[in-house]
Amino acid sequence: MKTTRAALAALAAVGALTLAACTAEPGGEEGGGDTGADSGDNGDSGAEGGDGGGDSIRIGIKFDQPGLGYKDGDTFTGFDVDVATYIAEQLGYSEDQIEWVESPSPQRETMLQNEQVDMIVATYSITDERNEVVDFAGPYFVAGQDLLIRSEDAGTITGPDVLNGKNLCSVSGSTSAQRVKDEFSPDTQLVELNGYSECIQYLVGGQVDAVTTDDIILAGLAAADGSGELQVVGNTFSEENYGVGLPPGSDQCQPVTDAINSMIEDGSWEEFITSNTEGTGYEPNADLNPPTPQECA
Amino acid sequence: MGDFLQVLGEYDIAGAYWFNVKLAFFSGIFSLVLGTILALMRISPLPSLQWAGATYVNLVRNIPLTVVMMFAAFALWPQLGVTFSENLDQNFFWLAVWALSVYTASFVCESIRSGVNTVPVGQAEAARAIGLSFLPAARLVILPQAFRGSIAPLGNTFIALIKNTTVASAISVADISLVMKYMVDQHGNYVIPIFLTVAAGFVIIVIPVGLVVTLLSQRLAVAR
Repeated sequence: MKTTRAALAALAAVGALTLAACTAEPGGEEGGGDTGADSGDNGDSGAEGGDGGGDSIRIGIKFDQPGLGYKDGDTFTGFDVDVATYIAEQLGYSEDQIEWVESPSPQRETMLQNEQVDMIVATYSITDERNEVVDFAGPYFVAGQDLLIRSEDAGTITGPDVLNGKNLCSVSGSTSAQRVKDEFSPDTQLVELNGYSECIQYLVGGQVDAVTTDDIILAGLAAADGSGELQVVGNTFSEENYGVGLPPGSDQCQPVTDAINSMIEDGSWEEFITSNTEGTGYEPNADLNPPTPQECA
Repeated sequence: MGDFLQVLGEYDIAGAYWFNVKLAFFSGIFSLVLGTILALMRISPLPSLQWAGATYVNLVRNIPLTVVMMFAAFALWPQLGVTFSENLDQNFFWLAVWALSVYTASFVCESIRSGVNTVPVGQAEAARAIGLSFLPAARLVILPQAFRGSIAPLGNTFIALIKNTTVASAISVADISLVMKYMVDQHGNYVIPIFLTVAAGFVIIVIPVGLVVTLLSQRLAVAR
């Protein structure tokens, strides 16, 4: 009888803990709910023309791409962050009114459709399929697929067509490595990992010979590595039009496009590129950059 | 709907599931062997073996599978030099099998031990009385009955293993969850149908396993 009672007490304790865990979560959700209410406010301010400056604007960026969108403690750095800050300022939001939200690649469409963010500036290539479900303003940058290699291989790995028998790393879910295999070097061995930092670890350790994705991302990774042992090949073989993702049917396309135009005209665009790729010798493809944003539908 | 089926046709869905099935098959065999050895250690009369078995189970069972998988890919292979194959794809596959086997073995061990607890003490005493030492007693008397008593928990462990094989996508094994990431990235307009399709595939694979386990546990139950 005594043991039963002890067991019951233990069960009750576990139950209480479980409940505590449950109540803790809605608490966290409430935080999200608050920001949801905020978004209602800045939705209004957007309707006013976006010059009043609502409570805050939620911008989706990458948190894990050094040089583009990177979370370093409490601060956010990178080209996308600079571009987003500039656009937000043009829309009437000061820097401390920006709420940065992480938008990993597979979730970007969903986040826009559910209006969890007001815009996404996260190496977001404009494609026909994405255009079907979300709106885009831009492009604000034209990137191209390239290779990151160890500096010692600089003479031997010159482009995607000499990778037969070599190991090539990319992030799972992206088609960039598959493109190299299909179109350039059919005997390339592909390695797919969860993050670029893991690919860099393999590249430095010698398990893979090259990492592939858009050139500006690679430049940021090389700059973050800081060892000087890695370099971007500088031989791009695709065209990725980075646009600003907007919720479907958004009325912000024109203001954002105007902001991008003025960013390119007043020299801020070039300044952002230079400051974020410092020390890597990276030059964006000059034939395509700076781009001319497309007309809003 | 027709468009979505066309999208599905672009990917080798069956081939991707086949990776999960192969991972589950090999990991299932290895973890069963390792788990049985661990269970034997834990029920053995030698305190040092008991301690070693208990330490393994308590350590590995409490490490997330992702961490074990990352250990295989970033420490076991590059740092400790354990290479299963010169072919990179094969190497990643067997690293994943290693991680899944090591991880699942701790659960297999506990399932078998729960089966051992269903064998009456009198059986072990009788085995001893006719002169069998520990290993023959375990092999001839205890384990055959213990396995029959642990079919249901072993089945649960195996079902969990089948679903855990998706973690292998973290280390470059082209399983269904890796293909799913591709599909979501390339066809963001079909996110929900893609998730439902992948989920349905697992349900189709796992339900027969569950039915077989239930059938076996009824058929093989030791009538006492």
